[in-house]
Amino acid sequence: MIGDGIEDEEKWLAEGIAGLQQNAFYMHRALDSNNLRDALKYSAQMLSELRTSRLSPHKYYELYMRAFDELRKLEMFFKEETKRGCSVIDLYELVQHAGNILPRLYLLCTVGSVYIKSKEAPAKDVLKDLVEMCRGIQHPVRGLFLRSYLSQVSRDKLPDIGSEYEGDADTVMDAVEFVLQNFTEMNKLWVRMQHQGPAREKEKREKERNELRDLVGKNLHVLSQIEGVDLDMYKDTVLPRILEQVVNCKDEIAQYYLMDCIIQVFPDEYHLQTLETLLGSCPQLQATVDIKTVLSQLMDRLSNYAASSGEALPEFLQVEAFAKLSNSIGKVIEAQVDMPVVGAISLYVSLLTFTLRVHPDRLDYVDQVLSACVKKLSSKAKLEDSKATKQIVALLSAPLEKYNDIGIALKLSNYPRVMDHLDSGTNKVMAVVIIQSIMKNNTCISTADKVDALFELIKGLIKDLDGTPVEELDEEDFKEEQSSVARLIHMLHNDDPEEMLKIICTVKKHILTGGPQRLPFTVPPLIFSALKLVRRLQGQDGDVVGEDQAATPKKIFQLLHQTIEALLSVPAPELALRLYLQCAEAANDCDLEPVAYEFFTQAFILYEEEVADSKAQVTAIHLIIGTLQRMNVFGVENRDTLTHKATGYSAKLLKKPDQCRAVYACSHLFWLDDQEGLKDGERVLLCLKRALRIANAAQQMASATRGSGGPVTLFVEILNKYLYFFEKGNPQITSTAIQGLVELINTEMQSDTTTSDPSADAFFSSTLRYIEFQKQKGGTMGEKYEPIKV
Amino acid sequence: MVLVLALGDLHIPHRASDLPAKFKSMLVPGKIQHIICTGNLCIKEVHDYLKSLCPDMHITRGEYDEDARYPETKTLTIGQFKLGLCHGHQVIPWGDLDSLAMLQRQLDVDILVTGHTHQFKAYKHEGGVVINPGSATGAYSSITYDVNPSFVLMDIDGLRVVVYVYELIDGEVKVDKIDFKKTATTQSAS
Repeated sequence: MIGDGIEDEEKWLAEGIAGLQQNAFYMHRALDSNNLRDALKYSAQMLSELRTSRLSPHKYYELYMRAFDELRKLEMFFKEETKRGCSVIDLYELVQHAGNILPRLYLLCTVGSVYIKSKEAPAKDVLKDLVEMCRGIQHPVRGLFLRSYLSQVSRDKLPDIGSEYEGDADTVMDAVEFVLQNFTEMNKLWVRMQHQGPAREKEKREKERNELRDLVGKNLHVLSQIEGVDLDMYKDTVLPRILEQVVNCKDEIAQYYLMDCIIQVFPDEYHLQTLETLLGSCPQLQATVDIKTVLSQLMDRLSNYAASSGEALPEFLQVEAFAKLSNSIGKVIEAQVDMPVVGAISLYVSLLTFTLRVHPDRLDYVDQVLSACVKKLSSKAKLEDSKATKQIVALLSAPLEKYNDIGIALKLSNYPRVMDHLDSGTNKVMAVVIIQSIMKNNTCISTADKVDALFELIKGLIKDLDGTPVEELDEEDFKEEQSSVARLIHMLHNDDPEEMLKIICTVKKHILTGGPQRLPFTVPPLIFSALKLVRRLQGQDGDVVGEDQAATPKKIFQLLHQTIEALLSVPAPELALRLYLQCAEAANDCDLEPVAYEFFTQAFILYEEEVADSKAQVTAIHLIIGTLQRMNVFGVENRDTLTHKATGYSAKLLKKPDQCRAVYACSHLFWLDDQEGLKDGERVLLCLKRALRIANAAQQMASATRGSGGPVTLFVEILNKYLYFFEKGNPQITSTAIQGLVELINTEMQSDTTTSDPSADAFFSSTLRYIEFQKQKGGTMGEKYEPIKV
Repeated sequence: MVLVLALGDLHIPHRASDLPAKFKSMLVPGKIQHIICTGNLCIKEVHDYLKSLCPDMHITRGEYDEDARYPETKTLTIGQFKLGLCHGHQVIPWGDLDSLAMLQRQLDVDILVTGHTHQFKAYKHEGGVVINPGSATGAYSSITYDVNPSFVLMDIDGLRVVVYVYELIDGEVKVDKIDFKKTATTQSAS
């Protein structure tokens, strides 16, 4: 059926065009032979085709355009007729004899145009006559096109300021009056369309109406082009009259379109100066009108205007643009009770955008917008509408993007209050956005107060809120979130140690509420941040600063201690052990023996009680030995206790090769190059011998269980350690012992039971090459190596 | 010509928030053929970032790495060079050249790359090279004070390797160059 409808329409249009062309043909013939009577007859018949009601606006427009072209020719003819002596007044009378009203009015407008041009009557009289006469057509589509024709032919003949038609009797006021009247009539026709025809065709009708809207809007465009419409006239006459029509027509489509049209066609400075009037009409519009888009457009234009001309700013202040917009938005939201939350929020987003662009220095405005938003949201604890949530995120992101400085957001008292209304998922997203903004702009947060406010803002990431258990979250997402918090901690910095300590305390206060899943992420950055502070203070003499000073290494070490302790409940013993060792070394550098000893004790307790995995033990013991080797703060007694323990742990590792390696590493605990008092050659040798015994045991175990020799590489490693201490001048390590070891390895390698191990072979040959290399070097080292034969 | 990026001890996010922006803008995908990383990245995001620069990655395990699958040591051959990789916390005393030389003999490599001290070092040693690319983020270290962010690019061409060190000092990237030629007889005693 629909297909048929379209086909029918095509047919009707074709028929209309055929009829029109046929009559146009005769009309042309009459024009050529200067036959006025026939010309009028055929042109009237031609125009009768426009009387059809069967065409949709789209098709009707096609027909109208063809008629329009023909009428231009007719108008030329009329003009020539008047030159030939025919009175234009007679012509004006003559065309009124046409039988049908529609052709009659088209002809009248055409002659009218010539009439005005001839200046035989004041333009205003002719225009007034025409615009009144057109009332004769009340069919919406026909009427709209007729009036559109009138508007088209009269455009260049309006008595505008500076125009040739301006005269004693004609003023720009008449021009405005004419256009306004035509506009009003057209709008009425356009609105009436909505109420004609069956209700079931509403959708089709609305589509058709939208196709016709620019015919109505064109009038506003004409008004905006009239030179004589200055700000005063716009303010006093034009705008109030247009708005009166807009409000009174009570039609959703017309109101939305025309409001938008007003905003688009008239200059921005006019809008600025008439804000009150324009905004005042908003709450009077139908409840279904999409006011938020209209207002957004307006604010967009105004902010572009402010941005394009720096001189406009005083104007904005003078008319109190922000207050008026803010006020009006409040009223609209209040008036439209059914407006969904998302609509209200997007209005605030537009207002905020406007504020940020026009008044970037007015943080109080920004806060006001946020406050209004909080008020709107206050009826519900959490927002559940996902579209509205998106708008809130846009609202909160805008100031961050504008200022690139989180410090600004921290000053906005309503910022966290808006965030509170987000569901916990979005709250986290927003917190991540905030952190990313800080990272991207490399913003340093430099006071404890700001840090406190910041953590309040991102608390969704810091601790469990309203019972969303961590287990429900995706593990990878959780890790990324917590890593971003960890990264953030490095951005909190102040060069003043006192303030820095306050910052660290504040961070500690917040992250310790995070629970066992977050602590492994958040504790390490805090520890290292504090260790950096310790290092900064370490150069200063404690006595000079005075005892009442808060930021002393000692105090910071207490704080470090408590913070690492929190990891024990997680439990995260391996991480805690590493951090204790870091602290021990820092205490060493600060010359605080008891503190360092305490940290070591803690590390050892963890090692003994909590680190059970054998692989983890190997790494831990290397870290313990490595750290202990670097300590120089300990007196003999403490040092003995710790080295004794470390050596003991080493010998108790599960796998023999691991034992062996840890034990020979312990040899370094007894030989410190730069410390004369710590060169105990005998104990070095004891370690190495012990390592050898373990290597032997490993060897035997391997042949007992697998029937093959064990790792010769352990012997080569020990040989290298012998060489190391030999070169360092340890008197206990003799060339004879080395010689013996080389021979032992040779024997082992040639033994039948030893499975060949290319990497051990390569290691041994490169070690032998090294010995050769040292021998050939000459000098004292060469001499030292001389007795060793390889 | 093969470009090898060597870096390590980023300690993200424990000790630093990210690589310096200046480094990030220099490190672009498609230029580097291999990445060798001594460890302590420490998180997957950093692993993924490095992988985006070059998919051929060789990583050893630092004591703070969350990924337990990284090996303690690794060797690989690029061109005529055999490279060894190890984080270094296992080699005591830490950062001690003679002890590292032992590891170099043990792995039987021409170039040994280790980390842990956060201090850039490059020695020619018994016909081989020992390199420490430092900390790419300039992370805090108990061993080294005032760490500058640094990394190393190795340009390996036949028997020659040019080691470029990029160090960020007071916001400016400083580049140093060390040339090393491997003779055919390097591995022999002469």
